[in-house]
Amino acid sequence: MTVESTAARKPSRSSNSSGAGTKRATAKKSPGKAPAKKAAAKSATRDAAQREASPHDVSQHDSELVQLLTPEGKRVEHPEFSIDLSPDELRGLYRDMVLTRRFDAEATSLQRQGELGLWASLLGQEAAQIGSGRALRDDDYVFPTYREHGVAWCRGVPPENLLGMFRGVNHGGWDPNTNNFQLYTIVIGSQTLHATGYAMGVAKDGADSAVIAYFGDGASSQGDVAESFTFSAVYNAPVVFFCQNNQWAISEPTEKQTRVPLYQRARGYGFPGVRVDGNDVLACLAVTRSALERARRGEGPTLVEAFTYRMGAHTTSDDPTKYRRDEEREAWEAKDPILRLRTYLESEKIADAAFFTSLEEESEVLGKRVREAVRAMPDPDPMAIFDNVYADGSALVDEERAQFAAYQASFADSVEEGK
Amino acid sequence: MAVQKLPIAKAINESLRKALDTDPKVLIMGEDVGKLGGVFRVTDGLQKDFGEDRVIDTPLAESGIVGTAIGLALRGYRPVVEIQFDGFVFPAYDQIVTQLAKMHARALGKVKMPVVIRIPYGGGIGAVEHHSESPEALFAHVAGLKVVSPSTSNDAYWMMQQAIQSDDPVIFFEPKRRYWDKGEVDTDAIPGPLHSARTLREGSDLTLVAYGPMVKVCLEAAAAAQEEGKSLEVVDLRSMSPIDFDTVQASVERTGRLVVVHEAPVFYGSGAEIAARITERCFYHLEAPVLRVGGFHAPYPPARVEEEYLPGLDRVLDAVDRSLAY
Repeated sequence: MTVESTAARKPSRSSNSSGAGTKRATAKKSPGKAPAKKAAAKSATRDAAQREASPHDVSQHDSELVQLLTPEGKRVEHPEFSIDLSPDELRGLYRDMVLTRRFDAEATSLQRQGELGLWASLLGQEAAQIGSGRALRDDDYVFPTYREHGVAWCRGVPPENLLGMFRGVNHGGWDPNTNNFQLYTIVIGSQTLHATGYAMGVAKDGADSAVIAYFGDGASSQGDVAESFTFSAVYNAPVVFFCQNNQWAISEPTEKQTRVPLYQRARGYGFPGVRVDGNDVLACLAVTRSALERARRGEGPTLVEAFTYRMGAHTTSDDPTKYRRDEEREAWEAKDPILRLRTYLESEKIADAAFFTSLEEESEVLGKRVREAVRAMPDPDPMAIFDNVYADGSALVDEERAQFAAYQASFADSVEEGK
Repeated sequence: MAVQKLPIAKAINESLRKALDTDPKVLIMGEDVGKLGGVFRVTDGLQKDFGEDRVIDTPLAESGIVGTAIGLALRGYRPVVEIQFDGFVFPAYDQIVTQLAKMHARALGKVKMPVVIRIPYGGGIGAVEHHSESPEALFAHVAGLKVVSPSTSNDAYWMMQQAIQSDDPVIFFEPKRRYWDKGEVDTDAIPGPLHSARTLREGSDLTLVAYGPMVKVCLEAAAAAQEEGKSLEVVDLRSMSPIDFDTVQASVERTGRLVVVHEAPVFYGSGAEIAARITERCFYHLEAPVLRVGGFHAPYPPARVEEEYLPGLDRVLDAVDRSLAY
């Protein structure tokens, strides 16, 4: 990794005293000589030393990474998670990912054209979102961040609905209960507590629905996320925490947020954590499905860490060349989620050329539809500023609305007078 | 080179650079402040020159940023922390209100909290939700906190120097839509105390009081009113806590009329405090009630209607006309 954390360079006094500081190198060279009772400490020391040397290498070659489809498009088996999909389902997942990417690219280009104020691209995270999104039942409930465009697609949220807030005509605006897809949340991590509370309600109702909370590697540092882990564990809430570790919180690599792989955090709270290849749609589907089923059975929360990569900028306002190298992106491009499924579909003859051609056409139709819908999106009426501030209304809001209306009308009068 | 023409963002950058250079106890902390130099580039280049030990990219956790700044201050450091956007300060609100503000009093004065919390605030940049708010009254209401906002490059430079030197916690609101406005910075001449107001334009008919991003609007309003034969005085408050009431009072005693302008909602806003105090101090001088121009009692709206929501030239002049009509 290019950026080493302060913690790695300057061990604290406490870690020095337990031998994890300056003595790391020695410990690593002769682990076998350690007395048995110190084995655990030594092992932690060794892990820390390896992480320090090259944290990303450790993460990427994690033997616990669940994978069912390799970057080369080869199906592999996993002892714990399996999946058996029909050709239709496989083609469906591919179609979802391609259309999501097309929609995302259209939004990026609409931002460049000035039609949107901002866009947060999901480029590279299609498998994590489609795999987890397609694991859900209709009665399950989704609590997204502001980047879950692929999950929204799976829930049946019209893609153009997502663009209102990025255009600046509303703050979300859709009815969360239409598709059981809560509004996008911009403040980092808040929604994990909402998801937990919703799940507590599901359990109280005796329903067997499950809830899924999306968040990122950066959010994992927020107090709200830690509290949601505590609450969900204590109340055994039927919630799946789906963390898309896309390696970057704007300019900060995951090493600035954590010194252990994120999925391992779950253990400390008393529920299981799984790391899945976030660019493998099959593995994401299988792991999320299993976690949701566990929640339905009343066995409580699961943390799924989808190990993926933010191929683009944080948002269209961001310039990643300031903080990361092109080579890193290139390495992840070789693990592209869409490409590997295409390779598999082709090599297994699950999809033919006609399928890909017609999907290409469908993508263009979608792009055009989104483009036209956004351009036709009217600016809100300024008087709408005063709408829906309170469910029960407010005399103060009414007074300000009337004053503002009179003020606006005074310009209309002067225009008339001018004529 | 004592006098330079700098944008406000760069003036703050230079001020932070000087503080890092002259006081080894000064630290910069926040999300993306290091390698990236902050999302507004206010800390650009500082990590490169002063190292990761002093310009610290923190985990993404505002409560953690302020909470650890309190600990560092207890240990003798002077942390200058950045909250990335106004709407993201609230995870840290508990640490700021219940701990940072009260520590000095609870320790009977034996502990000092020289922490500066930088917050880019206000609207007008076409941003999404939580990126355009003006929450200064929520901090000014809390005893133990000092709350300031510069409106010019020179003030940005000097007020940051003074905020860092202050032994009290200072919430430093930076007018983000003015970050790129250029102005002269004289690095040799301190313009005055941190908490003093300043009269930027003299006039005889009415006093406009503003701070931060609204100062420019008020100066434009005064220029427009001049063409209609109205003489407006413009006072840049600079500090919302404490408030330099003496300067405002002296102005109102001459003009007899006062309009307070801020982006923040009028209801329970700093304008309410100014109106109440000035009414007490200047009751027999006032020719009209103190009027306020500001945001509405509604969530900050989507970007496409923020121009209507934000007080602009016309809204200020409308209030001026109403005041003069008394």
